Amino acid sequence: MKLLLMLAFAHIRGRLRQMTVAGLGVALGVGFSIAMAALMQGSQQDFVRQLVDAMPHVEVLDELRRPAPQPAEQVFAAAEFFGLRPVDDQRGIRNPAAVEAALRTWVPGQIAPALRIQAVARFSGREAGVVLYGVLPRQEAQVSSIARDFVVGSFSELAAGGNNVIMGRALADKLGAALGSSVSLVTGSGQARDFRIVGLFHTGARSRDEGEVYVALKGAQTLSGRPNAINTIRIRLDDPARSQEVAARAEIQIGQKAVSWEEANQAVLEALTIRNVIMYTVVAAIMLVAGFGIFNIVSTITHEKARDIAILKSLGFPEADMRRLFLLEGLVIGAVGSLLGWITGYGLCLVLVSIPIKLEELGGATRLPLAWSLLHYVLATGFALMAAGIAGYLPARRAARLNPVDIIRGAT
Amino acid sequence: MTGLIETEHLTRTLPSVVPVTLVRDVTLRVAPGEFVALTGPSGSGKSSLLYLLGLLDQPTSGTVRIDGRDTRHMSEAERSGFRLQGIGFVFQFHFLLPEFTIRENVEIPMLRLGRLPPSAIRRRAEDLLAQLGLAGHLAKRPDQISGGQRQRVAVARALANDPPLILADEPTGSLDRKSSGQVFTILQSLSRAEGKTVIAVTHDLSLAALTDRQLELVDGALTTPG
Ligand SMILES: Nc1ncnc2c1ncn2[C@@H]1O[C@H](COP(=O)(O)OP(=O)(O)OP(=O)(O)O)[C@@H](O)[C@H]1O
Ligand SMILES: [Mg+2]
Repeated sequence: MKLLLMLAFAHIRGRLRQMTVAGLGVALGVGFSIAMAALMQGSQQDFVRQLVDAMPHVEVLDELRRPAPQPAEQVFAAAEFFGLRPVDDQRGIRNPAAVEAALRTWVPGQIAPALRIQAVARFSGREAGVVLYGVLPRQEAQVSSIARDFVVGSFSELAAGGNNVIMGRALADKLGAALGSSVSLVTGSGQARDFRIVGLFHTGARSRDEGEVYVALKGAQTLSGRPNAINTIRIRLDDPARSQEVAARAEIQIGQKAVSWEEANQAVLEALTIRNVIMYTVVAAIMLVAGFGIFNIVSTITHEKARDIAILKSLGFPEADMRRLFLLEGLVIGAVGSLLGWITGYGLCLVLVSIPIKLEELGGATRLPLAWSLLHYVLATGFALMAAGIAGYLPARRAARLNPVDIIRGAT
Repeated sequence: MTGLIETEHLTRTLPSVVPVTLVRDVTLRVAPGEFVALTGPSGSGKSSLLYLLGLLDQPTSGTVRIDGRDTRHMSEAERSGFRLQGIGFVFQFHFLLPEFTIRENVEIPMLRLGRLPPSAIRRRAEDLLAQLGLAGHLAKRPDQISGGQRQRVAVARALANDPPLILADEPTGSLDRKSSGQVFTILQSLSRAEGKTVIAVTHDLSLAALTDRQLELVDGALTTPG
């Protein structure tokens, strides 16, 4: 092995310039792969963090996984019924106080019940459809990310008076209302009441800023004509990663649908998976190109050193040694290139994080989110060595089969 | 290994539209310690026969037996192993590795065999080269010495693993009379003093006269039974 390394390095020395170029190809491939992986994973983590932060980690809804069986179906063992008049389902979580108490015994996080209804906000002749949340201010402040996004006021203002409302600044602007304005809220059942704006928030997410209003739970219940009703329990976990487990357990315990943030955002998460597939495809493509560089140089060497191969074989080096020799040369380029690639990748990451980026919504300058992970380096190197190994092995195999007699005859 | 080498009806044909027969039905026996000259006109198949004897090439039919062992069914790795330990080749053209120094060239077969520790390998390489009058050129590369010196390096390399069988293909082909004499005297002493079997191809009849026995090839076949 030491001998083969010595022979390999002799060949590499003889073609140092091409070797360097091939090595740089690998280095750039590895470097860009590392930087790209850091950027992709970083932005993904950042995105997921914002996503998770903005929404309840688990939400218990007043729905069932499957529609409730109708009484007729339970009585008769028939396959299908037509023309049945379904029993009116009194929407809402049944026995909300007991459910909330049951969850509190084991859920590792904060819990807030709410009544969510559709409503229209009206002010000086202008209207906007909104989602109206009737909340318990103190508990809501513990689960909602809006608690941090208030421009004026806070959830506790809702406790101060029964007719107080909090809305997004964007919605208030749209209605032409301002802090202290009296806005009329109308529900689907036709009931209307005036509420005074006591708080404004700005989250940066337009659907929330223009579409959500918060009032005290009692107010919402009165407005919808459903006293004591609750149709959603939102849970903010200490560890968002446990959301699926908690959702599953809650669903079994309560018998109503409990949705984790992963389930609620499945489409988005799937899009992220596709993004990762694209990234690995690009990395593979880069390595393929780097592999061609290695293949090229090792091929050149095997041709150039055909005489050396014949000499070594005539001295008694077996074919396997010749294969190993040129494979080794490919791997040496791959390894040296990878090492340079680490430096390149690290350098690129440093450059990337130092670039300030102006973001409108989040206000002010931020940096690109980068994930620093040793795994990126290991993966890129793994890819590079694999490419180098294949690129070295192909010409190595051909070189090993070379018949020394042909070359010896040709040379004399 | 003793260096006994025998062939039976050895034939080598190159497959082509009109097959070319390089070696034709050669049966010979060279005893351990014998010094044999292989002569014959150019193109008579001397080199081809030597490649077969050295297991570099494989016969179309017939067998090569070394030390009584049939080499026909050996694997590529086994034949390589045999060459490494048992056979020293000296080619007409020196065939040294150009990237390495003279000493490294002699060390490489020993390093591959790995029987001696590195320090002993180094010493043996220096001793061999000194015996062949190359003590002052150890650190030079093949292109920095003369043709005769290169040929002597090739002899040193062939002797590195102390093989019982030396095959030399016109080792003096590119040398002047004095250098040729030197190389042949060395080969002669290897046979006489060290009991090695030496088979050397030569055109030069005065050199052939230094050997124990002469075999002549014409058109790939021996003129007298070997
Ligand atoms: N690859 C080949 N294709 C066709 N014919 C070949 C090939 N190699 C060798 N020959 C022929 O085989 C014959 C034997 O060649 P070989 O080299 O063994 O002769 P030789 O006795 O060593 O000659 P020289 O004294 O010139 O070295 C020659 O006639 C040569 O032309
Ligand atoms: Mg010849």
